[in-house]
Formats: sequence, C-alpha cells, structure tokens
Amino acid sequence: MSQSKKIFVNIDKCLGCHTCEIECAIAHSNTKDLLTAISETPLPQYRINTEYFEGENIPFQCRHCEDAPCVTVCPTEAITRKEGEIIVSIDEEKCIGCMMCIQVCPFGVLKSSRENGVVTKCDLCIERLNEGKNPACVEACPTNALSFLTEVEMSKKRREEAGKKILAAFRRGSSAVKEETSF
Amino acid sequence: MSQKTNLEKKNTNNRSIDKSAIPLLEKAENEGIELAWDRLEKQQPQCGFGLLGVCCRNCNMGPCRIDPFREGPQKGVCGANEDTIVARNLLRMIAAGAAAHSDHARDVVETLLMTARGQAPDYELTDLEKLKALAELFGIEEEEPNKMAEMLALKVLDGYGTREEGLEWLKRAPKDRIEVWEEAGVIPRGVDREIVEVMHRTHMGVDTDYVNLILHGIRTALSDGWGGSMVATTLQDVLFGTPKPTKTKVNLGVLSENEVNIIIHGHEPILSEKILEATEDPELIELAQKIGAEGINISGMCCTGIELLMRKGVPMAGNFLNQELAILTGAVEAMVVDVQCIMPALTDLSDCYHTEIISTSPKAKFPGATHIEFEAEKAGEIAKKIVRKAIENYKNRIPAKVDIPDSPTEAVVGFSVEARVAGLGGELDPLLDAIKSGKIRGVAGLVGCNNPKIKHDYSHVTLTKELLKNNVLCVVGGCNATANAKAGLLLPEAAEQCGEGLKEVCQSLGIPPVLHMGSCVDNTRILVLAAEVANALGVDISDLPLAGAAPEWMSEKAVSIGTYFVGSGILTVLGTVPPILGSEKVVKLLTEDAEEVIGGKFAVETDPYKAAELMLDHIDKKREGLGI
Repeated sequence: MSQSKKIFVNIDKCLGCHTCEIECAIAHSNTKDLLTAISETPLPQYRINTEYFEGENIPFQCRHCEDAPCVTVCPTEAITRKEGEIIVSIDEEKCIGCMMCIQVCPFGVLKSSRENGVVTKCDLCIERLNEGKNPACVEACPTNALSFLTEVEMSKKRREEAGKKILAAFRRGSSAVKEETSF
Repeated sequence: MSQKTNLEKKNTNNRSIDKSAIPLLEKAENEGIELAWDRLEKQQPQCGFGLLGVCCRNCNMGPCRIDPFREGPQKGVCGANEDTIVARNLLRMIAAGAAAHSDHARDVVETLLMTARGQAPDYELTDLEKLKALAELFGIEEEEPNKMAEMLALKVLDGYGTREEGLEWLKRAPKDRIEVWEEAGVIPRGVDREIVEVMHRTHMGVDTDYVNLILHGIRTALSDGWGGSMVATTLQDVLFGTPKPTKTKVNLGVLSENEVNIIIHGHEPILSEKILEATEDPELIELAQKIGAEGINISGMCCTGIELLMRKGVPMAGNFLNQELAILTGAVEAMVVDVQCIMPALTDLSDCYHTEIISTSPKAKFPGATHIEFEAEKAGEIAKKIVRKAIENYKNRIPAKVDIPDSPTEAVVGFSVEARVAGLGGELDPLLDAIKSGKIRGVAGLVGCNNPKIKHDYSHVTLTKELLKNNVLCVVGGCNATANAKAGLLLPEAAEQCGEGLKEVCQSLGIPPVLHMGSCVDNTRILVLAAEVANALGVDISDLPLAGAAPEWMSEKAVSIGTYFVGSGILTVLGTVPPILGSEKVVKLLTEDAEEVIGGKFAVETDPYKAAELMLDHIDKKREGLGI
C-alpha cells in the first residue's frame, strides 16, 4: 500500500516535553522498550528534535520533501524515494557517509548514525506503519501537537479551524451592528 | 522488565484474577465507565524521563531532564547529573512514604495520650500487657496504666523530634544489626528529623553525592520501619487489642443485598473502630430496619479494612484496585474514607451510582464528597452520625443497578507476632526446628499494593503459590495479604498447595501456610518476627533464610517499606520497575553494592516465577551460610 500521510505539527500545542524524541529512539531500538533500550550498544537514536526558538517549541522531523535536496545531492543514490511513495529513505549499504545531505537539508533533520557513520533519518516508522500503527512520535505526543494526515485531510482541517474563527468574527461583527442599530 | 505488561489487550479478563472483580469489570465496560485501567491506557506512553527518574523539578532554574539516549543534555542547569537527580528523587519518594506512615502513627499516639488523660472517653487501653512491655522498652517506671500510657505517649512523641540517641524501638533489633547500622552511619535519630533532612539534602545545591544521599534514604526508611510504622502498629494494639487468629470472609461478595452497606476505606483504625461499634448500636439497627433494610453490613477496603479485619474479623471487600468496583456494585450506601490510597476518581464515579463518599480526615478532603470531620473527643457521636447518613442513603439505592458478585472466599487472619508465637505453642522453637530441619525452606515477607500495570492480584498470588510449592512459609501484609486471601491461600486447607515439608508443618499446627500479619504499617510485625528469630539463633537478620517482595507496588509508602526491609538486611524483590533506571550507578548501588554495606539489597523482577527463583536462591544461600 502506498503511504500518503505526513506528519503535521501544531506549534501552539507543543510543550517541549521531548516525549516524541524518547519514543522515536525506542521505536528505532532493538528491544522497543525504554528500560532496555537505554542499555543497548550502540544507543538508539531519535530522528525528531524539539528545538526552542524565541519562546516557542518546534518539533523538527523529516518533511519527506517532494523535491528533496538530500535525494538530489546524494552522490551514490543512497537516498531515494520510490515512484509514487511519500517516504524518502536511505539505503545504508550505498551511503558513504559524505554528509552532503546533512549540508543541504533545509530543516537539519539528518544525522550521522552511531552505529556505522552512515546517515540516518526519519523513516516515518515504516515498521509501525506496516503494523497499522501511527509513527511513534505522533502516537506519543501528549498534547496532540503532532498529527498524521494526508495533505488533503490537513488542508481540510486548516479550513475548518479558519472557518470557526471567521464565523466567530462575523457573528461578533453582526451583533455589534445590531446593538448599534437598536438605539 | 517491560512497562507494557498489561496494556496491549483491552479484554477485561486480562485486568484481574479476582473472581469478584471480573463481573464488575465487564459491567464497567458495558456501561462505559472509566476505571484506573482505562486511565492508565490513556496515559500511554508515560513520560520516559519520569519512568527513568531523570526529571528534576527541585528548583525554578528547571525543570531539567537528562537525555537517556545521550544526544541531549547530560546535566541540569545547576550541573546535577543523572546520578544526583535519580538519587534525590528516590529520597523524596522515601520521605513521602515514611511521612505517610509516621503521620498516621502520630494520630495514634495523640489518641493514646488523650485516652490516658481521660480526654477521649470513647477509647480505652485494651492490651495492658503490651502497654507494660512497651513501658519497659522505654524505661518507664510506673504502675498505674493511665499514667504509664501518658508517659509512653509523651516519650514516643519525643522520638518524632531531634534525638541525641537513636530511637528506643531500635533496641528490638539484633545486636549485630545495630552494629551494621552504626558502621554505615544510618541509625535513625528522630522520625520527623530524617524526613525533614531528606527535604533539606535534596534542595538545590545541598547533597550531590548519590551514595551519601542513598545512605540517608536508608536511615529515613529505618525511621519508618523501626519508628513511625512500628509506633502505629504497637500503639494501635494497645488501644484496640493485639490481633488473634479469626475466620472471616473476603472479596466484593461480602456486600449484602438486603442490608445497608458501609465500606470503610483508607488506613487508620481510630475512627473505623467506632464506626464498627455504631453499626452494632440497637437504635441504629432499628432505624435501618424501619426504612426497609434487614440490618447494617460493614466491610473493609485497603488498610483501614485490614485493621478491623485483624482485630475484629470484619469482612474485607477488597484491596486497592477493588475500590472503584465496589461502587459499581450499586449496593454501597456509604464509603467512609480517611487517608491514603483513596482514588480521587471515587467521587466522580459515585455520581453514577448512589454511593455517598464520606471523607473524615482534616488532612484529606475530596471535592464532591460529604465531609464529616473526625474528632477523638467525640468519636462515638461522629461515628453514629456517619452510620445514620449511610442508613438514610439506603432509600436511594436503585435495585436494577445492583450487582453483587457471589461467593466470598473464607480466610483465617489475625497473625500478630504474639498470636503466631501462641499458635506455635508459645515458643519460637517449632518454627526454628522446622526451618533447621528444612521442612520450612525459608520465610518470605510479601507486601505491597496493586498497580494496573500488572494484572490485578496476578503477581501477588502467582509468587505466593510458587513459594509455597517450594516450602517457603509466607508472611503477608497490606494489599498483598488481601490478594492472597481472595485466592483462598489464607486457609489451613491451602497446605495442600504446599511442598511436602511445609504442608506437614501447617497441618500439624493447624495454621495456613500464608499468615496475615496486618496492614501496611503492620509490615513492622515482619521486622519484629525476623528480629526475634535472629535473636533466638544469635545471628543478624541478614543471615536468615528470609526474603521480601512487593510484587505489585505503586505507592511511595511501598518505597519506604522496601527500603527499610533492605536496610534491615533483607533481599527485597520489586515487581514493578522503580524510577531509578536513568542512573546506572544508583541501580548498581541498590541492587549489588548495598548488600556489602547493609546486608540487604533490591532486585527488580516483573515476572513472578523468576522473582520466586531469585528469592529461593537467596534463601538457599542463607541456609548454607547458617550451615543448615
């Protein structure tokens, strides 16, 4: 089944708790359990980073860009996206660890693997998706700042949110007009 | 060591092994009622920093966290690393647990003092023999009981403050044990003092050395086990009588279809003893009959229940995870609560049924509950008011909503140290001989709570059964005891489930293989028994073939209990993972190195079969050491 959903972020809801990072590392560990994952060698790595800028928390994760600079720049074609798929993935066998992708990524979400120096990144929790689950970060977020939707669903959600605000403004406006004309 | 033990399957059969709980779990499912298990699911995944103990909120430069995957920060703003943060957090848990036990005990001492001074006319000195023995322990030379009790109460209260010498209660410990404590510098000086010192040491910029911190944690826990909790147990015995073996019934089936049901829930016997008396008041029984009930039925929940179970044989409705289910029966007119382990969820749940939650302690109020405050001076009058309130609520019971599980289980309870020794013919010798001959391979102290992370009662009962098969005599307390009682293991007939040696001993003495020692403060009875056995053999507690376990623990009190077991030289196996795994050094100290310093150590094992193996290995090692 081709995957058509992406991770969307509502920055207003992010409390900066770093739970997404912890759960990402667990999802990419061998044992899949926090209490044992922290003793694995090498330590599992998370592929999402919550940063703090100018008073706001922002979770950064791979956007799986349509025209992905990392895919374009990779000299060994290690980073690719399969025809018609969303996920930009890395073939560890082909990666030579030149870090060109890290230089060109507009979001800074690629990193060097502790295990073997190749590049590692968000794989949208492909293992979990195959089990019918959401990505670990989305599932874990206690405030639902992260959601896993198609862009159509996301646009619809944005319109609904905007619609509520517009309606509220209109209603306030029209009741103000009524109050004035009742004099 | 998985946190996810009980979470994957939503089937209610996976939530409990208590046969009285299962129909009510199904009822909750059908009616869409949210219970602790559902709330645990909604909390998933629980905060990883919290689970590992690496989150520090002790100052407002924070909150700070240490990244367990070593990509993010490795130090808090003040520079504290994971070892300091984990140790400080653990100490605060111990302090809270020790405070809960010791503050409960403070109320008991104050009641004893008021009783001795004639200010609490509804109470009397019941066990004068025990009072005399305590007076001797405290060096009180006085013959008149009230005077004796007054002096004792004042001396005990004095032990709460700062003392130059250790607590008098420590004299009950074997000589070797006291030397170990002195060597390690962990002799508790005063009950409140150690708790206050935890708060001081864990304040920003005070104690940073995790070893120094943990040693003080042990000292604080000892001030609970050989202090606060021991005060509560012993003085409750003086006021209300030392438990003797008695037969009673347990599980939610003890609720009555045609009577006014009152459940007493929480931890203190001071008021509930008086409520029991009020339920026997002919005037109130008549009032209940006048409104159509056949009578008044009182039963217990958690440790308040156990206090009355042990001394008066009052039936037990259940343990910690039964509390919400009791309300779901639709048959409880009043749940009277005092302090500790009372879920805030009860008041919301009682909105769906007719149950009135009646809070009684000035220390514990619950929005949505009816508050009838307890005062020792007017205890009898207040108890009657509460019972009357319950009777009045009977008319609001909706028969269609009533579902009482059938067939309660029988149990023999009430094994205080004194009763146990009496049951053994007044001497420890039969027990010692059975241990020496190997008929009894060893003794296990099994304690602790319920925790929805583990199938309700499963680990308690599974571990007990494994130990019994292997000829280990089990002494149990708190919610563990109630779990084993519900499973029918507190009956002499349970000897059939034991190995040959233990079976023979139990059958010849006519005792159950699992002995109910009481509430969670009564875990100190296990310490006293261990000390008596060690003294009789002329060894330290840490030399005994004895191990402890808290298979389903959840509360801070359990952390204090586990730590005073370890501090008293006993291997203690924890069945749920404590929030310390974020520091390898703290883990190593508590699970390995502690043994060399203090004679006891912790082990963490969520699988009850493997926990039994750990305990048996330990018991065999100790037998070898004693040359038996």
